[in-house]
Amino acid sequence: MKYVDEFRDPDTARKLVQQIQRLTDSIMAKRAEAGYTMPLQLMEFCGGHTHTIFRYGIEQLLPDTIELVHGPGCPVCVLPRGRVDDAVALASRPEVIFTTFGDAMRVPGSQKSLLQAKADGADIRMVYSPLDALKLAKENPEREVIFFALGFETTMPSTALTLLQAERQGITNFSLFCNHITTVPTIDAILGDPDMILDGFLAPGHVSMVIGEEPFQFVAKEFHKPLVITGFEPLDILQSLTMVLLQINEGRTEVENQYKRVVQKQGNSPGQQAIETVFEIRDFFELRGLGSVDHSGVRIRDAYARYDAERKFPLSLTGGGITVTDPAGCQCGDVLKGLIRPWQCTQFGEQCTPQTPMGALMVSSEGACAAYYQYSDVQELKLKRSHQKESVSA
Amino acid sequence: MSADVSQEKITLGTITMAHGSGGKAMEELIRTVFVEAFNSNHDNPQLASLEDQARFDLAALQQQGNRLAFTTDSYVVDPLFFPGGDIGKLAVTGTVNDLAMGGAKPLYLSCGFIIEEGLPIDTLKKVVRSMQQTAVEAGVSIVTGDTKVVHKGSCDKLFINTAGVGVIAEGVNISAHNAQAGDAIIINGYLGDHGAAIVDARGDLALQNTIESDCQPLNDLVQAMLAVCPDIHCLRDATRGGLATVLNEFAQASNCSMQVDETKLPIRDEVRGMCEILGLDPLYLANEGKLVAVVPAAAAEKLIAVMQNHRAGRHSTIIGQVKALSKPVSKPSVLMTTGFGSQRIVDRLVGEQLPRIC
Repeated sequence: MKYVDEFRDPDTARKLVQQIQRLTDSIMAKRAEAGYTMPLQLMEFCGGHTHTIFRYGIEQLLPDTIELVHGPGCPVCVLPRGRVDDAVALASRPEVIFTTFGDAMRVPGSQKSLLQAKADGADIRMVYSPLDALKLAKENPEREVIFFALGFETTMPSTALTLLQAERQGITNFSLFCNHITTVPTIDAILGDPDMILDGFLAPGHVSMVIGEEPFQFVAKEFHKPLVITGFEPLDILQSLTMVLLQINEGRTEVENQYKRVVQKQGNSPGQQAIETVFEIRDFFELRGLGSVDHSGVRIRDAYARYDAERKFPLSLTGGGITVTDPAGCQCGDVLKGLIRPWQCTQFGEQCTPQTPMGALMVSSEGACAAYYQYSDVQELKLKRSHQKESVSA
Repeated sequence: MSADVSQEKITLGTITMAHGSGGKAMEELIRTVFVEAFNSNHDNPQLASLEDQARFDLAALQQQGNRLAFTTDSYVVDPLFFPGGDIGKLAVTGTVNDLAMGGAKPLYLSCGFIIEEGLPIDTLKKVVRSMQQTAVEAGVSIVTGDTKVVHKGSCDKLFINTAGVGVIAEGVNISAHNAQAGDAIIINGYLGDHGAAIVDARGDLALQNTIESDCQPLNDLVQAMLAVCPDIHCLRDATRGGLATVLNEFAQASNCSMQVDETKLPIRDEVRGMCEILGLDPLYLANEGKLVAVVPAAAAEKLIAVMQNHRAGRHSTIIGQVKALSKPVSKPSVLMTTGFGSQRIVDRLVGEQLPRIC
């Protein structure tokens, strides 16, 4: 298939893997001289990258001295339970048609998921874009159509433009339940966490398409970590890893752009403008696993309050960002921060499986736990975990 | 006056609760829609007798084999008509194929219709004619049936159940438990066409596509395969859950590892393209005319030649091999060598990729 197969070519992959091996060897040799043997910790922030890494078995192509840390960049995964509860409450109102992207349907709330709410009679419909939701509003003037607005900056422009279109067309029975989150404060929170030792970042390509390269400069300048904006095909990932390793090997910390075929330095200004018009930064927003993070979410500006489901239908639970804690034993937070691997969580493959997810990382196909579960030998991983436990207690 | 007339026409042209009441309207519906179609060639005495059950001559059945195969399936696809097929064609091929996958020669089908009031009778007629056409193509008779009409909103337009019986010839012993290390894994053509066609037909995405469902009876192909290789080990049609699900079932039942090569999988560019856009995996997409066969390696080439000569198997190909369990994968599983040169596990699907595809 044209324009896709070129980015999955095994010969090019082999060459890149060889280069990665050489660079890693060189870096590790230098580190050994300095008496430092920790494997390299490289974080891919975005769930889309996590999915590609697993689907193409990229981890097994890499040297053991590279550990990929699967970051919190899956908006479905970091959706806190309280917000799911609110979504269920909104969807259960008799006048409401609640519209959502499919992968948010199975995220567990503290009582139920949207999928269970639908089975209990709520009118919940899967859509592919917010425009589909707006169309439903036009077709059902007697109902209130709420769109479950999710995602980082990638999906913000389409939500914003849909709201503006609703205003232009004078549609009043349409609103957004806004859970959009921002990339930069989230990365800032990760880098500021004293538990985290990261050597470099693969930054999200689609987000960068909107916000551009500049907002990531603080990673290189303040935190002195190399960062490469990365595309979503397997060769994109390998090439970006090479670029990060080159920087480490040469002692550089810069923002580089591997995904130039899509991402422009200054981003997409109509998209940025739409975001700016409709949204403002929240003081704080809760991200599952990371807790409350300052400025990590956006809300709808007062000028468009009539399109804000949170204001149209006051929510009792988490309107102010009150945390509903994860179930006991759930270690999504530690996995999101890269402190443990998904299979090291004691619930992985036990209480928590894709059929009965406890935490959000087991829900979305972009969640690190679901990816491990789907693409690895779960029994082997569980065995590995119990061996580890034994050696720790011994 | 004219308004009354048109109102009456609509009433005449749509299914009402009266059509399920057991009275005159129902009798007429059975006669003019179902019997009319299913006995169109006047070769269906079991149905034409209009008894409450179809009756078969045991001696005649025994001449064709030594075991009966019996199966049932229900069809709720949305939309009712899609490129390459419709719910009627699906209802016949689905049950015919379930029989065929046991090596049986399908003979007789029953059909149960659950109809939402308000369904245009023309729509029903189109579906029923399509069922008959498919039955003729598959060489089976629809010999008994049932109709229920439910209130608007109690079902979506039309649901169909079919059950079928067939006869298995002596010596044929196909089972998911029979895969052996070294066996070849065969598929009879392009994967995922049905699932992709249904997504496309729903029109939610406004994609300009030409993907048609692969919906087709496979019984004749299976008989042709058995003629050159009576010792087919496993056979299953890759419907809901797609190829990945069938291979996992085989691996589990036979306690082995099914190893497939991604570059050998026949997938149309249009289907791959749609999967890329929607984040679907073609390995899990439904098919309605695709079988997965596990056969002795020595018979594989011969089988492929016969299958490629058959209308239902033009693009048949070997996609992988059965291996005994060994490290690093020690539990029954499906392992795929990706086009990218790495290996990954192909697990069963969790939840549904798409609802109401068959």
